[in-house]
Amino acid sequence: MSLLTLRGVGKRFSSGTQALSDLSFQVSNEEFVSLLGPSGCGKSTALRLIAGLIAPDSGEIIWSGARPELAFVFQEATLMPWADALTNARLPLDLKKVPRGEANSQAAAALARLGLKGFESAYPRELSGGMKMRVSIARALAARPRLLLMDEPFAALDEITRVGLNDDLLTLAREDGITVIFVTHSVMESAYLSSRVLVMSPRPGRIKAEIALPPGPRDRLSPAFAAGQARVAGALLAVA
Amino acid sequence: MKRFVDILLPLLLGASLLGFWEWFVAARQIPPYVLPAPSAIARAFSDNFTSLMASLLATLSVTVQAFLAALVAGVSVAILFSQSRLAERALYPYAVILQVTPVVAIAPLMLIWIGFDRVNAALVLIAALVAFFPILSNTTLGLKSADFNLMELMRLYGASRWQILWRLQLPTALPYLLGACRIAGGLALIGAVVAEFVAGSGTATGLAWRIVEAGNRLEIATMFAALGLLAFLGVAIFALLSAVEFWLLRRWHESALARQS
Ligand SMILES: Nc1ncnc2c1ncn2[C@@H]1O[C@H](COP(=O)(O)OP(=O)(O)OP(=O)(O)O)[C@@H](O)[C@H]1O
Ligand SMILES: [Mg+2]
Repeated sequence: MSLLTLRGVGKRFSSGTQALSDLSFQVSNEEFVSLLGPSGCGKSTALRLIAGLIAPDSGEIIWSGARPELAFVFQEATLMPWADALTNARLPLDLKKVPRGEANSQAAAALARLGLKGFESAYPRELSGGMKMRVSIARALAARPRLLLMDEPFAALDEITRVGLNDDLLTLAREDGITVIFVTHSVMESAYLSSRVLVMSPRPGRIKAEIALPPGPRDRLSPAFAAGQARVAGALLAVA
Repeated sequence: MKRFVDILLPLLLGASLLGFWEWFVAARQIPPYVLPAPSAIARAFSDNFTSLMASLLATLSVTVQAFLAALVAGVSVAILFSQSRLAERALYPYAVILQVTPVVAIAPLMLIWIGFDRVNAALVLIAALVAFFPILSNTTLGLKSADFNLMELMRLYGASRWQILWRLQLPTALPYLLGACRIAGGLALIGAVVAEFVAGSGTATGLAWRIVEAGNRLEIATMFAALGLLAFLGVAIFALLSAVEFWLLRRWHESALARQS
């Protein structure tokens, strides 16, 4: 079942940059969709449009039903340095004025799901880059989102940390039945995570290719995974 | 060992300077109304201890009241600026004018307006004017320095502007504000001293007035004692505000963390 549809969405910034023109795609419930494209093609802009942080100046974004609960994860962990991990993870709940006790237990549960049990009272600067990103994802999950928007969340992490986070993210998204729109520069990452990869053209961005990948758990060393990865890479090279 | 040297070295230097001073005054037979010996200053200090302490308290009280007034006013106006671009554009030039006009020049006017019967209020206002601007400008800068992504994230989660102010902008501004406080504490003391000088004798009772009065009577040793107390007060205010800053930022801010290892 469809969750949201972008139809002919265009965005021009007041600086005069036409970031997007005629961007159209559809996302289904509980799907994991990756957006892949050259730097500056408008991927971040597309996510901010979907989040409602900026408005499109042409086309429309159509939700089937009410706009679902959203969460956002940035490339940097963007944690509050003055607050410990628990307070950071609790942020969406605090903003919604969830009672403190309930918010604490939900946030602690979210941290535990990301393997951060025991780090509730650690401050961001006491955590490694990977752990900070885990707190950031816990904060997103604490909001109990139906749709999770992620903007190159693991780009700044090393390969091993990234692989671990990829696996955890897949498990968590499946468990909660969350729809994910995932911006990345990594062919391997998009091929590993997604059920569908949307490849965008250089600015002004639009969808140039769509690669559907076979469902189910993936083995990074299998020939089938290599084949999927090759298809994504081929589509990306074709637009570059 | 390093700390030991850090403390011992200045102390040793100070002690030898005092020793030289004592010897120099005695050897050259310098009259006490030009340069009193340290021993004479110490005697003047103990002879006038009660009245000097009363003066110290008077200056301290003006300084503290002025500092608190500047803090409240500076933070309030900075919050107003952060909430309304219009208010900032309209008011900021006046804040700058207030800042660049020398207080000594405004002080007599303040005294006349507020009245010599309420001299304490006038002193506090003059000193607060000096301390106000660094708090305003630093807090304004701090409130504007909030992480843009965090701000968008909070908006996405439905935060009101007050929630953004309270949970994001004010914590971001805290290190800026505390840095400004350290400067403003010293400025409030300078402002209090200037105000006392302008108010003149008979009305003011603080350390600055004691310096003027002792000078008029050629009691140079008492003058030095009051001067020493003033310097001590300045250092104490600075040290206290630095300690508050360190304590508030010790868990998260780079400036405080650099001191831990
Ligand atoms: N707030 C803004 N104001 C003006 N121009 C902007 C703004 N945000 C983005 N742009 C411009 O829009 C274009 C698309 O930017 P966007 O950040 O969406 O690209 P991106 O695909 O996310 O790139 P990257 O992969 O490097 O993150 C760029 O040319 C950028 O300079
Ligand atoms: Mg981007």
